[in-house]
Amino acid sequence: MTLQVENLTLYYQTLRGDARALEDATFKMADGEIMGVAGESGCGKTTLGHGIVLLKPPMKFVRGRVVLDGEELPIWDMERMREYRFRKISIIPQYAMNALNPIRKIGTMIGEVVRSRGIDYGAILPELKRRLDLVGLSHDVLKMYPIELSGGMKQRVVLVLSTLLNPSVLIADEITSALDVSTQKAVMEMLVEFRDRGFVKSIMVITHDISILYQVADSIMVMYAGQLSEKGPTEVIIHRPRHPYTKMLIGSLPKVGVRYAETRLSGIPGSPPVLLDPPPGCRFQDRCPVAFEKCRDVPPFLEIEPGHFVACWREY
Amino acid sequence: MMRLDRVSKIYRVGAFGARKLPAVCDVSFDVRGGEVVSLIGESGSGKSTIGKMILRLISITSGKIWFNDMDISTLKGNALKEYYRRVQGVFQDPFGSYNPIFKADRIFQIVRREFYPHIPQADWDEKVERTLTSVGLNPQQVLNKFPHQLSGGQLQRFLIARALLLDIEFLVADEIISMLDASTRIDVLNLLADLKARGLSILFITHDLSLGYYISERAVILYCGRIMEMGRTESVFSNPIHPYTQLLMDSVPRLDQKWAKTVRSVEDGDKAHLAGCVYYPRCSKGTPECTKAIPPLVEVAPDHWVACHRW
Ligand SMILES: Nc1ncnc2c1ncn2[C@@H]1O[C@H](COP(=O)(O)OP(=O)(O)OP(=O)(O)O)[C@@H](O)[C@H]1O
Ligand SMILES: Nc1ncnc2c1ncn2[C@@H]1O[C@H](COP(=O)(O)OP(=O)(O)OP(=O)(O)O)[C@@H](O)[C@H]1O
Ligand code: SF4
Ligand SMILES: [Mg+2]
Ligand SMILES: [Mg+2]
Repeated sequence: MTLQVENLTLYYQTLRGDARALEDATFKMADGEIMGVAGESGCGKTTLGHGIVLLKPPMKFVRGRVVLDGEELPIWDMERMREYRFRKISIIPQYAMNALNPIRKIGTMIGEVVRSRGIDYGAILPELKRRLDLVGLSHDVLKMYPIELSGGMKQRVVLVLSTLLNPSVLIADEITSALDVSTQKAVMEMLVEFRDRGFVKSIMVITHDISILYQVADSIMVMYAGQLSEKGPTEVIIHRPRHPYTKMLIGSLPKVGVRYAETRLSGIPGSPPVLLDPPPGCRFQDRCPVAFEKCRDVPPFLEIEPGHFVACWREY
Repeated sequence: MMRLDRVSKIYRVGAFGARKLPAVCDVSFDVRGGEVVSLIGESGSGKSTIGKMILRLISITSGKIWFNDMDISTLKGNALKEYYRRVQGVFQDPFGSYNPIFKADRIFQIVRREFYPHIPQADWDEKVERTLTSVGLNPQQVLNKFPHQLSGGQLQRFLIARALLLDIEFLVADEIISMLDASTRIDVLNLLADLKARGLSILFITHDLSLGYYISERAVILYCGRIMEMGRTESVFSNPIHPYTQLLMDSVPRLDQKWAKTVRSVEDGDKAHLAGCVYYPRCSKGTPECTKAIPPLVEVAPDHWVACHRW
């Protein structure tokens, strides 16, 4: 088991109280697993990813445990996490591509990151070049500025850098959402290749685009309003989902070949609850077509068949 | 309605603007009355730059944009105000368009102050409510709220409503749904389709092919600031001719089919400065001929245009 998360609960401190962005998340990522995390905007995907690696105010650690390769991570302590970050667990933050310093050459920037971890840039350069070859980037990119690279090229640079020290876990937050489909495909294939080559053991791919996860993920975890709804093998989540939210989410995806003039798709009526004061119980209850009294209690995230977890009172 | 004629934009970057960055090169297309045209391309391909030139938020380096036979670069004073009464834009990030310390509906008061100072308050309120209803919102539920009390989809529809208060004829919708989740997306898309049915023309900017296909009559495929292919959506999507468009169509992630493995080539950036086809470094069909001249956009079938030496 590479990564084990138990009851992880993270809030944001705001002037009007705590925003309960992640509540009692419990799940595991196996060795070699590429796990997709999906769910609508604001459901807590970034909170989960950041909470594991980069927890800082206004995000607040409330409770829970994160265990990496058998060792508990001190996620509530930014300083002590330095030892693990980048070496053992790496994150590509949402918008990392736009966050590259525009006035630093790519090579200079990578040198700074590596040296700040006490590693000699010269010593790691041959491996860096080998990995650039692997992702189809010429070594010249090291001498270029971010603005000279396309979106897909920047994402590949970020991918190579974040896995340079062969971490156990990589958390990739929306790394393809600004790219065109051909570049999305190329970047996702590289993630798989990096896993296959052992540059990284397990990968958490955060995206709101489920059809991309269907292509590359081994498993998919769906979140709703700060709660885990369902996790299971990719084929199961796509073809036989059990949670009402997963079903509706998959049903509302536009597909190529569908035009409004012929088939009008429909969304999920209603909107997610306010996280400052969510209703007790299942947070999907107000929009759920099959909700009943029981849903006012929090449904446990239960394994209903091997590897398939669901939090829904209708499904146990 | 809106016509771009060989429009280019060169940004100047670096110290004293010493380096030139061509973001849009020689782009010509038009959007007709009551039509949705999708502008599709990857990050950095120049989509927003085109949208901003149409909205006069940035200057045009060369070429002309015509709105109903008016050269928009000449508009000033009242004529410009009149232009904005008819042409508006909605941008990607709905949260970024609001000031968190004011109620969200302040954006409507600003429109009133700017464009309709003489309308009586009661008439204005009624107009706002009618418009909110037309974008699928319940005025009682969304008025008088702060931005954080509304969802992304609601804020996005507020922005569309603001544009509609002006009885606009042309809307630049720049990635307005990429931030929204799948279910809200569909609501906003359906809304655009309804507006189109009532005569509004829309330039629908996106990097998502399935959304472009769902909504548009015609599609323009952009790569590195140049048009690779354009025409009727059906022709471009079902019979793509440019190698880039073909690659895009093969890469669309589907739920009924997995990707075929790609063959990868080395990339080294700086495509915009090539003498020939900008797509050559990534192209699987290129020959040395392709590096000698920029391929012109040729009409290969009725209303289906392709810029490729080897089509
Ligand atoms: N600094 C903050 N202060 C208060 N609330 C916050 C803060 N950051 C995030 N939130 C709230 O926490 C919730 C989860 O946000 P998060 O960024 O994790 O969502 P996400 O699933 O990554 O969404 P997206 O798909 O839009 O990236 C949201 O409701 C958001 O409004
Ligand atoms: N103000 C500016 N100054 C200099 N360069 C700019 C400026 N705005 C954009 N650019 C550059 O122009 C090119 C086109 O940018 P543009 O924003 O039009 O792309 P886009 O297709 O909208 O991309 P995205 O999908 O990421 O929004 C990019 O290389 C960008 O870095
Ligand atoms: S627990 Fe109840 S409200 Fe929640 S998804 Fe299941 S049935 Fe619906
Ligand atoms: Mg996020
Ligand atoms: Mg843009």
